[in-house]
Amino acid sequence: MSTATPPPVSAAVAGVAVGEAAREDALPRKKRRRGSAAGNAAKSVTSPWASVIAIVMALAWTTPTFGLLVTSFRNQADIQETGWWQALSTPFTLSNYSAVLSGAEGQPPLTDFIVNSFVIAIPAVMLPLFLASLAAYAFAWIDFPFRNLLFVAVFALQIVPLQIALLPLVTMYQNIGIGGTYWSLWLSHSAFALPLAVFLLHNFMKEIPASLLEAARVDGAGHVRIFFQVLLPLITPALASFGIFQFLWVWNDLLVAITMLGGNAGNGSNAPLTMVLNNISGTLGNRWYLLSAAAFISIAVPVVVFLSLQRYFVRGLLAGGTKG
Amino acid sequence: MALNHKRKVMAAAGIAALSLTTAACGSSSTNDPAAQASADTTDYSDWCSMKSELTGKTVSIYTSIVTPEDASHKASYKAFEDCTGVKINYEGDKDFEKNLPQRAQSGNLPDVAFIPQPGLLQTMVDTGKAIPASKTVGDEVDKYFGADWRKYGSVDGTLYAAPLGANVKSFVWYSPKTFKAKGYTVPTTWDELMSLTAKIAADDPGAKPWCAGFGSGVATGWVGTDWVEDVLLRTAGPEVYDQWVNHEIKFNDPKVADALAKVGAILKDPKYTNGGFGAPSTIATTTFQDGGQPILKNKCYMHRQASFYASNWPKGTKVAEDGDVWAFYLPSVDASSKPFLGGGEFVATFRDAPEVKAFAAFLASPDWANAKAKATTNGGWVSANKGLDVKNLVSPIDQKSAEILQDPKAVFRFDGSDMMPSAVGAGTFWSQMTNWVKGQDDKTTLDNIEQSWPAN
Amino acid sequence: MFATSVATITAAGTASKLGTMVLGLAVFAVVFVGILLFASLFKGRVGEKVQAVAFVGPTLLFISIALIYPAILTIRRAFYDGKFFDLNFGSLRSRGKFVGFENFQLLWTTPGLPEVFRNTVFWVVLVPFLATAFGLLYATLIDRARGEAAAKALIFLPMAISMVGATLIWKFVYFYNGDPGSNQTGLLNAIITKLGMDPVDFVGNAPGNTFALIAIMIWIQAGFAMTVLSAAIKAIPDEIIEAAKLDGVSGLKMFRFVTLPSIRSSVIVVLTTIAIATLKAFDIVQASSGGKLGDSVLANEFYNRSFVTQQPGLGAAIAIVIFLLVMPIIVFNVIQFRKDA
Repeated sequence: MSTATPPPVSAAVAGVAVGEAAREDALPRKKRRRGSAAGNAAKSVTSPWASVIAIVMALAWTTPTFGLLVTSFRNQADIQETGWWQALSTPFTLSNYSAVLSGAEGQPPLTDFIVNSFVIAIPAVMLPLFLASLAAYAFAWIDFPFRNLLFVAVFALQIVPLQIALLPLVTMYQNIGIGGTYWSLWLSHSAFALPLAVFLLHNFMKEIPASLLEAARVDGAGHVRIFFQVLLPLITPALASFGIFQFLWVWNDLLVAITMLGGNAGNGSNAPLTMVLNNISGTLGNRWYLLSAAAFISIAVPVVVFLSLQRYFVRGLLAGGTKG
Repeated sequence: MALNHKRKVMAAAGIAALSLTTAACGSSSTNDPAAQASADTTDYSDWCSMKSELTGKTVSIYTSIVTPEDASHKASYKAFEDCTGVKINYEGDKDFEKNLPQRAQSGNLPDVAFIPQPGLLQTMVDTGKAIPASKTVGDEVDKYFGADWRKYGSVDGTLYAAPLGANVKSFVWYSPKTFKAKGYTVPTTWDELMSLTAKIAADDPGAKPWCAGFGSGVATGWVGTDWVEDVLLRTAGPEVYDQWVNHEIKFNDPKVADALAKVGAILKDPKYTNGGFGAPSTIATTTFQDGGQPILKNKCYMHRQASFYASNWPKGTKVAEDGDVWAFYLPSVDASSKPFLGGGEFVATFRDAPEVKAFAAFLASPDWANAKAKATTNGGWVSANKGLDVKNLVSPIDQKSAEILQDPKAVFRFDGSDMMPSAVGAGTFWSQMTNWVKGQDDKTTLDNIEQSWPAN
Repeated sequence: MFATSVATITAAGTASKLGTMVLGLAVFAVVFVGILLFASLFKGRVGEKVQAVAFVGPTLLFISIALIYPAILTIRRAFYDGKFFDLNFGSLRSRGKFVGFENFQLLWTTPGLPEVFRNTVFWVVLVPFLATAFGLLYATLIDRARGEAAAKALIFLPMAISMVGATLIWKFVYFYNGDPGSNQTGLLNAIITKLGMDPVDFVGNAPGNTFALIAIMIWIQAGFAMTVLSAAIKAIPDEIIEAAKLDGVSGLKMFRFVTLPSIRSSVIVVLTTIAIATLKAFDIVQASSGGKLGDSVLANEFYNRSFVTQQPGLGAAIAIVIFLLVMPIIVFNVIQFRKDA
């Protein structure tokens, strides 16, 4: 059915000046083209109806969260008595935030754990991103025996729930002496991320016009060079989007951290923020109202990361093949 | 510098624990179970005199008790740490029950764990990693705890874990102010309780006599199991209760059906529940934390919940006999017997080392119980330790609970669902009680649970 | 004095942690760059093979150890009645005795499991399609619009919220108070009662509660779909768009005949990923009632049996059933690869 329309790129971009795209510094070109393309497209897409639908959706998606934001500034009794939209009739308080940030007696400052979360997350994003883009490249562009079979196997493994994998891994880490360290977390998060990462990146890799790679091969470049010089810059939006998700999963992960670190969320431990926040509602959960403040403290970092990675979500280099 | 030192100690302790568990694994096939179960007879009762032997050692403990309740725990170990030079490393984890067996499997056990269920203790003994209590701990338990408590900390007759904290579940929370204003008196028999219930329902159409909440995330339904246990203990007596817990009588025995019907007469009657929340079926989704709150709004008069519910009242609520809220004893059939349902934690040990045994001995002693009572400045903790001076407890409800726990005449029974196989105690008993309160009939409920009881 | 010493310890701790991180990154970098440099030394047909191994090998190694090995253990576990979750091919104590297909028979005899299957089907059909549809719609509407980054952040937000936070958020949406005349603190019921209707117990009553929980999953996953599809839309070459515009194509037609076909493979990838994530998802159900209100799904039962009720054999049998349910999705993808190739 869809064969009626041209396959995404190959035909249309056949005329791309390949060597140029790979070698020249791309930034000024990109900027120039983005400006003009955006100007043209905006007119066609941004009809009043489109705006209305987008705004309605944005409202529907954010209202629940906004409710929690309001709730996080209210007293426990008010939260139970009236809805958050009636908040103006009751006093606001910072007590939930101060309780979470200062903690109860003996609780270490949250800043330590924010550092831990970063130390866990950064390598746990970089490593699978790099490994998966290598593997995705090979699955898309290197011909080797059992290639398709292996690829299907890798992506099918997404279904393996990490719960069944955690205990065998803990045992292995103990045996090789890295139990309870950051290394155990980095390696675990990377392994669990790989099937999805390979699957997503492979999709973007194979969209790249074969002509680009062939031209590079004619120039005598090996796979390693093509990967670093041609492919990586081209799939930046895909890398950024997977990077964001992997960062989120690691940042919000509780299960892997608890299993690997053994529940130690004390002072000087390797525990991430989530392990501390998990305990904040108290042994019997009777301080559940503190969770609203805790949720917003832990959400701040991922949102900043998302916004700062936005600049990589520009038209890929491919999107502007021909000159203006 | 200090940090590096601590790291090294921890690393050393970790390696020691690891080699120990490996050794235990390797030899378990040849080990004679009887020899394994024999207790260490070294005297650990005077831990302070062991300073030269213990100083610089570390003991790691793993518990389900987290902030803010953990602060008083940590403070209560100070005397031990000061006089032995042992460092106590505290880990609190809300998913403790789930994670402890996993840690046993992966060889990543703490030295000491506070286990809140006899059933879980049994599981931990089954893993072969739990170490029988030393003779000193056994002596302390005999001296300061009732025989029933020793039994809950034992598996197949061997004491593994001394009791630590405790709670009393057979309480009904109410508002003394409202009761006084309306001229109600605290009932002392089941009949009085039911007639008071009917009277309240007739007097106040804007409210209901009872409120309840079974909701508790994954553990939704546990409140319902407590109700059945508490009533069965009253209608059928402690012996039948024990038989039922051990599955010597069937789960759907007529006596159990009778108890469930009595619970249903309260919880499933739309005239009697669910005050402040609506129809009886709302009990299933109301969280147990919210369950009793309508008492403060005069939407509900009575809420059956354990002593620890004291910490669920909002800040500024006066918990006292003449205050905003207080609790009375869930009446028995008549005033002649006074059985109590309760719970508690037990101190299991997993590393065979003098510092661990000395610490376990300390935790079983009145020294610790009193230190913990003094450290718990906001209340919310009691122990069944008879050496605990009730005057050291700050909150009136804790004092009342401690008096019940220390009363030699009181008949105490442990929460039955905590002792049943997990497939029932943390599985069908919870889920079927939830179905039941949403409308499923008594017979189907009990039959389904009976059917799920593991074969062996 | 004390405060400063604590501060120095913390600072030293932070520095050493960051040091560990840099060291970790350096080790990973050195190892993999080393492998790649080594592989690039080979040329020709041999080089092609060596490079393939260097590119795919590390991923396969990671996956074999962390996923395939435990999966094999799980398959074996499904045929035993052990009480513990075993970790290796170890002792009889952890494994229990061989029971053949008994655990699979339990799937049909345990009360409540048929409705679990029914609920799982609702989840795995509704979540992927609706989440992808919403994500795609939004990504298209705001593409190249003013303030695109901020607009995307709004839909992305639910993805960034931890499960604990999401549970609380939806509690304030669905909360139901059945007491006549009382103040509704749940948003939906407040609206419903304002309109003069009776409040609804959204999460309490089956089968409706399943749809209430599915809405939460869609709310979360739409952010994923939107982000990936937005990246795909941005990869559409301008030439195609401009050529279409010259032909007078715009608006809905542009979407139907240009945008959608161009990102078709990304849409399939997103659908597949969300479908698999949905089959695996259990935390929404766990946080609600642990599946005790007739709203359980297979993943939740897998989790409960494996780790809560000490029936790991039954849990493993359920895990295998989940895997079988993924087979059609995998087959569909294989067919798509063939088409593309």
